[in-house]
Amino acid sequence: MKQFLEGSFAVAEIVKLCKPGVISAYPITPQTHIVEELAQMVADGELDSQFVNVESEHSAASVVLGAVATGVRAYTATSSQGLLYMGEVLFNIAGLRLPVILTCANRAISAPINIWNDHQDSVSMRDTGWIQLFAEDNQEVVDLHLIAYKLGEDKSMMLPVMVCMDGFILTHGIETVDIPTQEEVNKFLPPYSPLYKLDPANPLTLGPLVDPEAYMETRYAIQETLKDALKLIPQITADFAKIFGRHYNGLVEGYRIKDAERVIVAMGSVCGTIKDVVDELRAKGKKVGLLKITSYRPFPQQEIYEALKNVAKVGVLDRALSLGSYAPLAGEIKAVFFGKKKKPQIISSFIAGLGGRDITKNSIKEIFRLLTAKEKACEFIDLKPELLKEKYE
Amino acid sequence: MSKILFAPGHTACAGCGQSLAARLVIDASGPNTIVVNNTGCLEVFSTKYPESAWEIPWIHSLFENAAAVASGVEAALKYLGKKDTINVIAQGGDGGTADIGLQALSGMLERGHDILYVCYDNEAYMNTGIQRSGLTPFDANTTTSPMGKQSSGNIRFKKPMPEIVLAHGIPYVATASSGFPQDLQRKVKKAHSIKGPKYIQIHAACPLGWRHAAQDALGIAKLAVETGLYPLIEYENGKLVGVRKISQPKPVEEYLKAQGRFKHLLHNPQEVKKIQEIADKNIEKYGLKAASPEVS
Amino acid sequence: MFGPLIVKPGSSRKNKTGSWRTELTPKFLKKNCTGCKLCMSVCPEGCITEGSEKNQLICDYEYCKGCGACALVCPKGEISMVKEGEKENK
Repeated sequence: MKQFLEGSFAVAEIVKLCKPGVISAYPITPQTHIVEELAQMVADGELDSQFVNVESEHSAASVVLGAVATGVRAYTATSSQGLLYMGEVLFNIAGLRLPVILTCANRAISAPINIWNDHQDSVSMRDTGWIQLFAEDNQEVVDLHLIAYKLGEDKSMMLPVMVCMDGFILTHGIETVDIPTQEEVNKFLPPYSPLYKLDPANPLTLGPLVDPEAYMETRYAIQETLKDALKLIPQITADFAKIFGRHYNGLVEGYRIKDAERVIVAMGSVCGTIKDVVDELRAKGKKVGLLKITSYRPFPQQEIYEALKNVAKVGVLDRALSLGSYAPLAGEIKAVFFGKKKKPQIISSFIAGLGGRDITKNSIKEIFRLLTAKEKACEFIDLKPELLKEKYE
Repeated sequence: MSKILFAPGHTACAGCGQSLAARLVIDASGPNTIVVNNTGCLEVFSTKYPESAWEIPWIHSLFENAAAVASGVEAALKYLGKKDTINVIAQGGDGGTADIGLQALSGMLERGHDILYVCYDNEAYMNTGIQRSGLTPFDANTTTSPMGKQSSGNIRFKKPMPEIVLAHGIPYVATASSGFPQDLQRKVKKAHSIKGPKYIQIHAACPLGWRHAAQDALGIAKLAVETGLYPLIEYENGKLVGVRKISQPKPVEEYLKAQGRFKHLLHNPQEVKKIQEIADKNIEKYGLKAASPEVS
Repeated sequence: MFGPLIVKPGSSRKNKTGSWRTELTPKFLKKNCTGCKLCMSVCPEGCITEGSEKNQLICDYEYCKGCGACALVCPKGEISMVKEGEKENK
């Protein structure tokens, strides 16, 4: 049913339909509305769930870890500092192979403290073994949560999934969103059936000490599983399309890239802006396009290669930066093409939108303009040089 | 014969008070128990892949979050309608409870989860090689509070964990000792019969960390209680309902001289006096002096 | 694919810690035992169990680490810590 509502409320609606038995909540801007809305649903008897008001994000993640380990579907949401604070638990959850689903409302990281959108938080957690899916708009946000539960809980996966949505832009943006019915959700998503759980009827020891003789194999196992996820995600999105009528590739989406000479690669809500600019420039005869990355982890190397191998000039737009080295997405895109015969002539790296700085249509046009034969190693867009004149004695 | 729930073959040191206490706790809790364990000696020596001593469902996550993970387990069991038939225990060492784990513990207690928290107090970070923790007693020699030319060991007093926990208003708080196994099991059984958060802090002798012979572990744990340095107390709903009385409190010197971690004090009567004061304060505060001779 | 992650319960029994005993081993004299089971309650390994006869406590020497707690706590002096090899002698 179509509803006109704020992104966070849309998340609460879809989470409610997924029926988690345990929800842990800790407030942090800009995800707080999600857990507030879920609290209200529980208080009104609309959602049968154990709502646990934890004392920190580290415990928020630990609570859902314990719940999923006991065989009950769980949910939590966080951003920025909260995601970092639960960082060690994230590694733990993936290592224990527990399908926790978490919404990350992407927000910049302190210091300096900034509550607005960029991707540094979830990108900083890319090594954890979590599957990371980035949404472009609130409909995709809703749909990715459903897909996330189905994907993570698949017995061949048993991995946690992070649905990333841009803080404020998507969480507080009000859009028309089609919220599925409970029947449709039930058709797509069966109840959680764990491979193993904490149960006195069948005692097991989870989380033992593993020494050098055996640790490496657990990492290899996750790596191989994430490779399998690259095949499973398109299968799940195909099943999704059958029931809900909306088609996602789930890994990447090429927008007007077939004959494009210049393509921007990006993740998240900025893709919507880029699509508008691409349409504008195409109307003027410019051969431009967008490659949207939905699945950041697992990183779809093959799909990226196929999409960009014949494109002359590629510009990677990062809303994060690995300070002291490459921008994360740009570095990984470049790595796809190393040693390949077919590859773009140039792959330029652009940093934009850090700390919530607006990425306007003009910013995107500027990036297309800067996609010349001269490769840009790391170009900051919309930088304010006057602010760099601060001096401290 | 009831099923063994903590199997032999684990790699605890011979005479380890914590392994004894852990076995007593799980035996008293029964097979319908889920245990969440912090990182520490107990977790390491009982679950080194591919060997586990635990015959009940058991999970280890991190150093500081057993109370939080247990909260999630308890919430899941409540959701499944199974909480009434399954005990949940969150357990860890003194470092994992009073220091790094204090936040998660406090949250668990404040939220009123139906969980028994067990703190195995061997009075230092033993698994990492005997470093000082918030529960390390005054003047104890540890690697990060060593005695030296300008120091007589740990300069702080034990963090009053039972009182901190009590202040949360939970229904059951008790201290126990690996030197009094039956008392320990009685308290565990009592705790499981009460709904809500429970806390038991068990003084666990550590031959390696306290520097004494394996076979003396039991006796030294007993001495800690008999000098008044480790009072065995029981609170129900905020009221002190039981103490283990001491008919004739032994002088702390007996306790100190039996352990290598205190031997530097034996030529330092000033420091011994300070420790005797701690014992005397405990005896006064909890009314430990028996009116009549104690029957053990 | 999962790799080494979960451990079966009680699998520590594979590890025969009885080999740790270096000097002394508990000898059960089978003379004074009143069946109080204090020795059972203080064994950190849990390797003392009840036998089929009355007042019979048996030590599983495959796991006994020789800490001596049982000998210390027995109120009837039933358990003696002796040199390894002597426990079989009468």
